[in-house]
Amino acid sequence: MSDSMNSKLEDRRHFLKTSAVVAGVTLGPGVLFFGVAQSRAPEEGASSNQRWGMLIDTTKCGDGCSDCVTACNTENGLTGHTGPQDSQWIRKVDIKDLRTGYVQSLPMLCQHCENAPCVDVCPTGASMKRADGIVLVDRHSCIGCRYCMMACPYKARSFVHEPLTDQNPEVPRGKGCVESCTFCVQRVDRGDKPACVEACDTKGHKAMLFGDLKDPESEVSKALKSSDSVEVRADLALHTGVRYQGI
Amino acid sequence: MARLASYLRAGLRLAVLLGVTALMAAPSFEAAAGVELPKLEKGKGEKCVEDTAFMRRNHMELLKHHRNETLRQGIRTTKHSLKACVECHASGKTGSVASSKEDFCVACHSYAGAKPDCWDCHATKPGKHSVRQAAQPAVSPLMPSSGGRQ
Repeated sequence: MSDSMNSKLEDRRHFLKTSAVVAGVTLGPGVLFFGVAQSRAPEEGASSNQRWGMLIDTTKCGDGCSDCVTACNTENGLTGHTGPQDSQWIRKVDIKDLRTGYVQSLPMLCQHCENAPCVDVCPTGASMKRADGIVLVDRHSCIGCRYCMMACPYKARSFVHEPLTDQNPEVPRGKGCVESCTFCVQRVDRGDKPACVEACDTKGHKAMLFGDLKDPESEVSKALKSSDSVEVRADLALHTGVRYQGI
Repeated sequence: MARLASYLRAGLRLAVLLGVTALMAAPSFEAAAGVELPKLEKGKGEKCVEDTAFMRRNHMELLKHHRNETLRQGIRTTKHSLKACVECHASGKTGSVASSKEDFCVACHSYAGAKPDCWDCHATKPGKHSVRQAAQPAVSPLMPSSGGRQ
């Protein structure tokens, strides 16, 4: 590692140390109290004190298991069909190392980027990021141009081609709009985990961890701090909210 | 001169004809003015969140304001939420606010000739998560409510 790189890392470490001290409040000798996120009242909006994120451990993800996909479809009222005109908010992807033949299976969904390209390119402001980092489509202003679908490096977005009926009252969807994973925003706002994470836990795989990345005490933050993880296409510097382990 | 007289006679005939037509048409105009107001089913709640006359003119503004707050800011109050409207006003017969011409939203919109596209995306029937339930602040398993036990 070059000297300049080393000094950069040193700087970063120093910065992290200082900010940790600033973020924590000393309650007594040797006791640090970090601001713990409270469950918020309905009239309180999403806050930038939180950043929802996910850590997916591909080594725990079951080969051939698609419970997360099924749970997502049920929660959000998707048909589960996988044709070119069907909506898929989360999908299982198999990746193979061509040199060794090692195959891995992982769920791919909207990565809820900090610098989301879909938000950048949207001509109407319909594609938007909430204060807590959840990327959504405002269907009231979506004109269905599909620029965001082209901009997304993860192929995470779908377009609704046909009229829909009997939607889930909590998940309005309709023809002519682009849509994608919302981290089950309706569940997160009432304090539940996204449907896919819940399904993965129920199955016993526990490959998906969901939580507040800004809360140092959250399970996901602790896991991220204690082990290595990567962003998919980290070269694009989108700072995704979803990170992977084991790929 | 003879030509002028014939023109006048023709004009007179036309005027009489128009007059008779107008007389015949008059009762139907009266009938149009007397179209009955839509008969709306009473909501399930005790009373509406706002005064009825105010709601009649302004419900769309309230809904628009609320939708922006909910979607963009994550504010999930229930007073002016569409879900709350649907829960209270869903018809006893169809269970919906917009599946038959007598249902709450459609009855009035068809009378007023308004064609909003809310129901292209939004459900017209109440869901399993009632807004009354949602109004109570949930204790979150994601967000521990006390820092002391960490």
